[in-house]
Amino acid sequence: MSRLVVASIGPASSVQDGGRLGAQRYGLTVSGAMDRLSLAAANTLVGNEPLAAAVEIGPFGASFTARDGAVRVAISGAPRNADVAGNPVAMDASVTLKDGETLTLGFARGGAFTYLAIEGAIKGEPVFGSLAVNARAGLGSPYPRPLQAGDEFNVDAASGAPELRIELPKPANGPIRVLLGPQDDEFDEANKALFLDSEWRISATSDRMGYRLDGPAIKHLHGHNIVSDGTVNGSIQVPGNGAPIALMMDRGTSGGYPKIATVITADIGRLAQTSAGTAFRYKAVSMAEAQDEARNFAQLIRSLPDRLRSSDTVALNIEALSDANVAGYAVSAVDAGTWQVAAEP
Amino acid sequence: MAATLPPPRLLPSGDSAVTVEFSRTIDDEANQRVLALDKALTAAPIDGITETVPTYRSLLVHYDPGKIGFDALGQKILPIAIRPLPPVTKARRWRIPVAYGGEHGIDLEDVAKALGTTPDDIVARHVGGDYKVAMIGFTPGWSYLSGLDKSLHMSRRQSPRLLTPAGTISIGGIQAGIQCLAAPSGWHLLGRTPVRTYQLHRDPTFLTEPGDRVTFFAIDHKMFEEMDRAAEAGEIIAEQVVS
Repeated sequence: MSRLVVASIGPASSVQDGGRLGAQRYGLTVSGAMDRLSLAAANTLVGNEPLAAAVEIGPFGASFTARDGAVRVAISGAPRNADVAGNPVAMDASVTLKDGETLTLGFARGGAFTYLAIEGAIKGEPVFGSLAVNARAGLGSPYPRPLQAGDEFNVDAASGAPELRIELPKPANGPIRVLLGPQDDEFDEANKALFLDSEWRISATSDRMGYRLDGPAIKHLHGHNIVSDGTVNGSIQVPGNGAPIALMMDRGTSGGYPKIATVITADIGRLAQTSAGTAFRYKAVSMAEAQDEARNFAQLIRSLPDRLRSSDTVALNIEALSDANVAGYAVSAVDAGTWQVAAEP
Repeated sequence: MAATLPPPRLLPSGDSAVTVEFSRTIDDEANQRVLALDKALTAAPIDGITETVPTYRSLLVHYDPGKIGFDALGQKILPIAIRPLPPVTKARRWRIPVAYGGEHGIDLEDVAKALGTTPDDIVARHVGGDYKVAMIGFTPGWSYLSGLDKSLHMSRRQSPRLLTPAGTISIGGIQAGIQCLAAPSGWHLLGRTPVRTYQLHRDPTFLTEPGDRVTFFAIDHKMFEEMDRAAEAGEIIAEQVVS
């Protein structure tokens, strides 16, 4: 056994996995990774099941130190500068930390969440099949709360497997796709159009429970109280002040505001990775398109092992190189429309 | 029972869930139909359904679109949803102790004033109720009860409280509630129960199920402390009766 010690970490960082299913009927929400594809990519790089428990790192920096042996890890998600003892580490790639070495990650340079997967996965005691942290309910393992400096994980000793990188499809650049409903009939055509045709920005007060959206006020047809009914990841509810809230993984399982639309499964991770303040739009799609995209998304996660490449060829990967080497690089390789690039502090 | 409701509506909740809506308002028949459909889908699962979430007036059905599409699922659910209601079977009943008023029910006196009566009278009306768990939601174990005495119906607080204590027993609108964890709430706080409707590492983790019956009985604040210690240690202090 080795240990991976959290040497430093910012807020909004916690252990997350594929989420906690089966207890929503008791009011216990799903939690789980905000960006499932990046969680799966990081896990696949170190040979784990795609939705195994990993560290979800919020927008601020973090560092991790290997103790009692080597630890193999991988990072994917919001791009950041990363290094081990001054040597750059690429995003979407694995790296082995020797005993005593520290992996240091900078601020997210776009997006919010980066996933650190550990070979052999994070170990703990699952509740309803999941280690995911739900801080409000005091759930999650090995720590039922956001991570703090000094926390540590007992992990497998590094296998010595060759390092890998993963070629992910370029993140889509278009609007966030939604299906109207379940309560779109609580809004008239003009207000539905206002929702679909306006530019939105995610408010800084957003968290894992919900993303508040700044834009025009959306008016209800019959007032803002409905009899509470069930919510899903991506439900967009409109409270009394007309400012929509996209419900995320730590949402309440039921809610009493009309839900004008629902973000499609394939785009929830993109919404999660949209930085506060970045302008974006919604686009309504058909059920057929949404379900096709959901199946394609599931297939993409299943096929991630086919996208692994030897790290030897990393020099040819311009994107990884610029991620790793160019501090303060002002223009990101990712699309500015959905993954805003913030200046490195 | 004669069906008085129109057929349910199937409302898309994204690409992986459908809301089967029986009514737009709180309605006992709608809730019975929600619970009956939930039971039927548990007894004879449809391939592709991953989870069901009963609420007052609708059943939220989560499913895997890789296994079944929206239209195909709807065609399977609708015939089950419009079946006549099964005869009422024996329900599990919980007797829940409540310490009313004082620090545990800070709104009791205001509620009494607003309704032009005494705190004791409010307690009597609340204890006199025969409740049903219509749904559990919002936060773990929060049991929403139907069956609140009509004379206790009153609108929610103008400004919701950002935090109300674990175990809060409250009323809001036409609903009564048993709250398990500390949470924000706009309801009127009548008392507190030492009963945990949700407790990790206890078997069962969740005490109440939608469809369960509930009655309350008053305890004094000293008894609350004793029962609270027992509950904290994992004892199920709610009394269960089959009626």
